[in-house]
Amino acid sequence: MSSENETILIIDDEVQIRRLLEITLSANGYKISEASTGKNGIAKAAVTHPVLIILDLGLPDMDGQEVLKKLREWYQKPILILSVRNFEEDIVKALDRGANDYLTKPFRTGELLARIRVAIRQSNSSSDKPILSFGSLSIDLVNHIVRRNDEIVKLTSTEFSLLALLAKNEGRVLTHQFILKEVWGMGYIEQTQYLRVFMAQLRKKIEENPAKPQLLNTESGIGYRFGH
Amino acid sequence: MDFTDHRPNPDELLASIKEKDEKEKRGKLKIFFGMCAGVGKTYSMLEAAQIEKKKGADVVIGYVETHRRKETEALADGFELIPRRKYKYRTATLEEMDLDAIIARRPQIVLVDELAHTNVPGSRHSKRYLDVQEILDNGIHVFTTVNVQHLESRSEIVAQITGIIVRETLPDDVFETADDVELVDLTPDELLQRLGEGKVYTPERSREAVMNFFRKGNITALREMALRIVADRVDKQLHDYMQLKRIKGPWKSGVRLLVAVSYTRQSNKLLRWAKNLADTMGGTLQAIYVETSHDLTNSERENLDKNISLAKQLGIQFRIITHADKVKAIVDFARKENITHIVVGKPKVRNLFTLFRLGNFINRLVRFSGDIDVYILGSGSGIDDKYKYRASLPSFTSSLNQYLTSALTVVITAAVFFFIKEFVGYQVVSFMLLFVVSILAFFLGTGPILLAATLSSLSWDYMFIPPAYTLHIERPEDMLMLAMFFIIALLNGVLTSRVKRQETKIRIREERTHALYNLAKELSVTSGIDDVLDVAVKDIRKYFTLESAFFLKGESGKLESKVCHESKLQFSDNEWSIAEWTFKHSTRAGKFTDTLPSGQYTFYPLTGNTENIGVVALEHKRVFTQGEEQFWEGFLPQISGKIEREFLRAEARNAFVLSESEKLYKTLFNSISHELRIPVATIMGASDALLADDYQPETRNALYREIGIASVRLNRLIENLLNMSRLDSGRISPHFDWCDLHDLVNKVTQTLAAELKPFNLHVVLADEMPLVKIDFGLMEQVLHNLLLNATQHAPEGSSIRLKFFYDEGWLMIQLMDRGTGFTANDLNMVFNKFYRGESAVSGGTGLGLSIVKGFVEAHNGAIIAENRNNGGAKFTIKIPTEISNIY
Repeated sequence: MSSENETILIIDDEVQIRRLLEITLSANGYKISEASTGKNGIAKAAVTHPVLIILDLGLPDMDGQEVLKKLREWYQKPILILSVRNFEEDIVKALDRGANDYLTKPFRTGELLARIRVAIRQSNSSSDKPILSFGSLSIDLVNHIVRRNDEIVKLTSTEFSLLALLAKNEGRVLTHQFILKEVWGMGYIEQTQYLRVFMAQLRKKIEENPAKPQLLNTESGIGYRFGH
Repeated sequence: MDFTDHRPNPDELLASIKEKDEKEKRGKLKIFFGMCAGVGKTYSMLEAAQIEKKKGADVVIGYVETHRRKETEALADGFELIPRRKYKYRTATLEEMDLDAIIARRPQIVLVDELAHTNVPGSRHSKRYLDVQEILDNGIHVFTTVNVQHLESRSEIVAQITGIIVRETLPDDVFETADDVELVDLTPDELLQRLGEGKVYTPERSREAVMNFFRKGNITALREMALRIVADRVDKQLHDYMQLKRIKGPWKSGVRLLVAVSYTRQSNKLLRWAKNLADTMGGTLQAIYVETSHDLTNSERENLDKNISLAKQLGIQFRIITHADKVKAIVDFARKENITHIVVGKPKVRNLFTLFRLGNFINRLVRFSGDIDVYILGSGSGIDDKYKYRASLPSFTSSLNQYLTSALTVVITAAVFFFIKEFVGYQVVSFMLLFVVSILAFFLGTGPILLAATLSSLSWDYMFIPPAYTLHIERPEDMLMLAMFFIIALLNGVLTSRVKRQETKIRIREERTHALYNLAKELSVTSGIDDVLDVAVKDIRKYFTLESAFFLKGESGKLESKVCHESKLQFSDNEWSIAEWTFKHSTRAGKFTDTLPSGQYTFYPLTGNTENIGVVALEHKRVFTQGEEQFWEGFLPQISGKIEREFLRAEARNAFVLSESEKLYKTLFNSISHELRIPVATIMGASDALLADDYQPETRNALYREIGIASVRLNRLIENLLNMSRLDSGRISPHFDWCDLHDLVNKVTQTLAAELKPFNLHVVLADEMPLVKIDFGLMEQVLHNLLLNATQHAPEGSSIRLKFFYDEGWLMIQLMDRGTGFTANDLNMVFNKFYRGESAVSGGTGLGLSIVKGFVEAHNGAIIAENRNNGGAKFTIKIPTEISNIY
């Protein structure tokens, strides 16, 4: 679990949301720092060195996207976007600008806590483990071997790259464009049909039940997330 | 005298009252009127202004020329001077009155010398009196000066008396509508004395002036003219006054004059004469031009245009009528307009032919006019009468080709018949030749026909009439026949070609009528301002070969500063200010007009029924001909009328939308307030209970769950409302992307896992279903709402079928349940906002399905609802889509 020193900065203008987050997060052992404006938030981030920032996109003094951009100029740790806008463009834009994850209001507290945990764990881990394992699935990143229930799953090299990319970012949402750029290259970022087709194939090969995927999850209109 | 003559005509009375009202708002124009320069007009004006100033009026000098006269300068000293505006013209810098500065300064009275002055090119108006009109429009009074020789209708006579042609003239109606005219009079001797003393000009210039202009005879004549004009005005004022106050009196009978104008320069004089005549008789005057089959040459057209603009300057209403018979047209028009006097010019007679024609014209006019008086004015001996009557003789402008064709055809016909003349006889040949000439007349001009007629009669004589091969004719009947032949051939040819010319004229007119009809038709099927403007621009290009651009009134009532459509025309600030001026004054301006002629384009106001709705700019290369002008004047109202209707329609639509939204607002409140209260009540009740009492853990958990359920319900309502408002505001623009339908279905069924649990869901979706291009998020919502709807209407344990297939460009989605299905009313209303099915269980807002429909339509698709044969509801969605060729 979390250590005593882990401070989370909440930048949100809604008192009620800040109060709710403070109650639930302190109950889970985090220290809380709060800011109700973008400017104040940036200042607090510099002072308190939080392990994670929860950022609302709709702020009174400046656009949340701008705050995100300013923070990312020096702040390396995870930023989680909290927004009432469920417009996909805003979310994709925030993710492209370096946000690690997003949640739309209203959200489930359990889900928020899970996302926070994943984000912090990822920023701490040195993610160069040669073998990743998720339940019955193991991925050997060095030898390009994927096993399910100890049986080797035959993957094409593209399928493997796709799976490896998602698995290395477990719990984090990756946008379509990001995945296409990383796996296929810059010239392919509009070619979402490749991604769809490969993702369907990959699900058939590694999911227990491809109709109810547990590992390769779709985020509507945004991208994919490995695991929950 | 007729009884009715004693009382004022109600229409006239109304008009005079209206005129009075109009004048009250406008500034008043006071003219200091004199016979010539040097009588002291400017001096009198300044004196009058001094008096006004003493009375406390705010008087400024807009433009006063003191001519360095000491007394005048002294008088002008006490007034505020509006600085003149400097204009660069060629190499010189010229000064003009600063119109804008005067209007901005807003004095009560402004003094403006020399009303008839012509402004420097580049000024807003070409003439100073137009500047003054604008000042008056702004409610500022103007004092000004005018000489008698500057009056348009007198300039000709002045030129005859003095031998000096006056270039700077003033339209008569400006003078006539002035509120006040003060005559500044001096006896000729006094004037000459003043001149001699050097009070008017410098000594050298004085001598020259006396020699040329200020001769005593001249001055006396001019003085008489000025006195008469002012006397006439007083007379008219008395008449107006009597009419307004219902004073009985010897009303001048309703004299209505009509002057028939032609395309000759002489008509210019005729118009002035007629104007003087009408003024003296105290009657109204109209002018008419009858367009016949005669083709106008360029100079004639120019003359006609000049005559028409002169008529306008003189304040005469001008009408153009197309008719083959001048006399009939004039008389018909006169009867219709209750004309009492017709004025025509007496042309110079050059030869027998014209004598015959014109004698005929005047004789017939006199004969047909009945009780209408006909005045025939002499042709006069103008100072530059280069008038030459052009009879409507055949034109010989046909090409050489036509002459050759006509000659050749006659020769060939003659040659052919030469070989068979033994069989047919020489008399029949004449008919054949006549026939050929008649046929030729259809295709050739008058000249070639004349040639054909001559040639054929000669060849008939030479080759056929015995004795052949001589021009000699033996028998008298042959002689007669030849003469008849020639006359008939000639008449035939000339008549046919005249008919042809008439036809061309009628054809042009028909084309124009047709164009107007077409425009009306096109406009009637067009809707939306943009489309109307497209049609207008296209048709102006088609029928006038001109580029155009439209500016329309914005919502604030001001002209929008940008062209409302794509246009090739470029507008500088200068052009834009002309457009604004045109809009404000509803008068055309810009190139080829009197106002701001420095513009690149000509601007026409678009006048609606109640107010101006915009401005159209035309890129004229040359001035419109009279015909084009008329055509344009018919064309433009159609466009502006349509635009106005569109404006009104938009207004009506806004009003409708407003009332609709009000209705929606009410429904929303009725339905939503209920839907909001229930979960809120649950949350409040449960949380109150949790805070207040110490319940058992199971009870507490149950209360927590209720709060959870209520908040989910609230969230769903909010989602629906948000989606609805997105749809209503038209902000839904689908983001089409490749989508794996399996993915879509999995996503929806996972979200709805709890709700779907009690049902048997069958998804029919082929493994090899290609990717389709749709908006994932929107379609997710569609399936979500449809499935949720099914779970709310179908009995638990029943089966729900969700089927996908691709059918030639269409993605088909079918959802079938075994619920209660629809009533007849449901089928009509099920997709309406806030409609809730007749068998619906409580809860729900009636938004779900209308959102489904909205999102499907955002995909350019359609959705239908129907009952299944064995009970239950069936929804079919049809969305056009591409499919991916990658599997």
